[in-house]
Amino acid sequence: MKKTDNLIENIKSGDIRSIARGISIVENGGYEREMILQGVYTEGHSYIVGITGPPGAGKSSLIDLLINKFKNYFKKVAVLAIDPSSPFTGGAILGDRIRMQRHTGDPDVYIRSMASRGHLGGISGATKDAIKVVSAAGYDLVIVETVGVGQSEIDVVKLADTTVLVLVPGLGDEIQAMKSGIMEIGDLFVINKSDRPESEKLATIVKWMVDEHYKEKKYKPPIILTSVYKNEGIEETARGIISHKDYIYENNIHAQKIKMRIEDDIRGLLEGKLNSFIEHHIKYPERIEQWVEKIYNGRSTPFDIVKDIHENLIIDVKEKI
Amino acid sequence: MERKIRILIAKPGLDGHDRGAKFIARALRDAGMEVIYTGIRQTPESIADTAIQEDVDFVGLSLLSGAHNVLFPKVVEELKKKGAEDIIVFGGGVIPEDDIPFLKGKGIQAVFTSGTSINDVIDFINVKMNEKNR
Repeated sequence: MKKTDNLIENIKSGDIRSIARGISIVENGGYEREMILQGVYTEGHSYIVGITGPPGAGKSSLIDLLINKFKNYFKKVAVLAIDPSSPFTGGAILGDRIRMQRHTGDPDVYIRSMASRGHLGGISGATKDAIKVVSAAGYDLVIVETVGVGQSEIDVVKLADTTVLVLVPGLGDEIQAMKSGIMEIGDLFVINKSDRPESEKLATIVKWMVDEHYKEKKYKPPIILTSVYKNEGIEETARGIISHKDYIYENNIHAQKIKMRIEDDIRGLLEGKLNSFIEHHIKYPERIEQWVEKIYNGRSTPFDIVKDIHENLIIDVKEKI
Repeated sequence: MERKIRILIAKPGLDGHDRGAKFIARALRDAGMEVIYTGIRQTPESIADTAIQEDVDFVGLSLLSGAHNVLFPKVVEELKKKGAEDIIVFGGGVIPEDDIPFLKGKGIQAVFTSGTSINDVIDFINVKMNEKNR
């Protein structure tokens, strides 16, 4: 109890060791996680930028250059870089940091690598918790770099205020760009590796798609050509993100986003608690085997069994009221 | 809840031979650990800063240039200076047997020279982790 209180205080004062420890705790879950999150929940109001795109698009290298630009707009920058965990061993190589390593030692930049730990949406289950920790520690900008994504890993949209989709030429024809999913999530489209020949063509396809999709809309995502290699388009990207930020503040969208996240937090927490309460109440661990056996032997179906449990549960609850 | 072992594999100094470091990183990944790899030519200061920001349990240093007697202890010193002496440092690479007692005296808790089985490294990590959790 005392230990987590101290840790929360130290997180709020910006102590790096405590921030790092706090993130590990929320990653590992359990009772301590709740204590930490309870302590940091209302602190801090960071702006959250999600950077997503296919593997090797240059997300980490782009963030490396963007950090310098963002220093004109924000006091402290935290980067949460997510890489995949092996579904077989649970291990991970976290290598995003290698592109941003020169910022290590800068007191205003905190970089943390996180493994996805079985979460499939392009981020880890604890990413939103880690955002709350760095937010409470006074980082007014949080950049979330997703796992290299394919076509539908779009969880970052829920937790980011601005989502940047980084694309590169050479990954497919325009049919790929017409598919639903990832192409619909960008508040900014960045076409990286613009020093490569096919980038103009990709920009044309994306522009066509964006023009179509956002015809009647007030905000139209910009399409920015960048080359990390030549250090081009970085300032434009930073300014594009800031313009989107201004837009969502001016149009009350930012507040709506935050309220949606709060709702998600309540729902997630409630579902977790109710689940474990109900499982305990209906003696799930003790009885699951006999249910399976009954269905396996053709004497019942999952629907009958659940109907039975559900009806009994309602009777129990009514008796208590 | 499951506690993942987090480990930083780092190359201090100027030598750019990182096949060994990458081999170890992959092997530890396959043993279920989360391995942060920061690339070649890191200063002891930035290795210590990285270890702290990433909240790792271990730092594994790899060096083939011969500067281990200077650089390995410096990483331990930097960690101590930053209040992170609980992070366990071990090393590997081309290191003469005669230097190992000196390095151990400076706080490098294990030294793995070429020809070491990867299982020895994993065993070392697991034993130390159990001691830590006790």
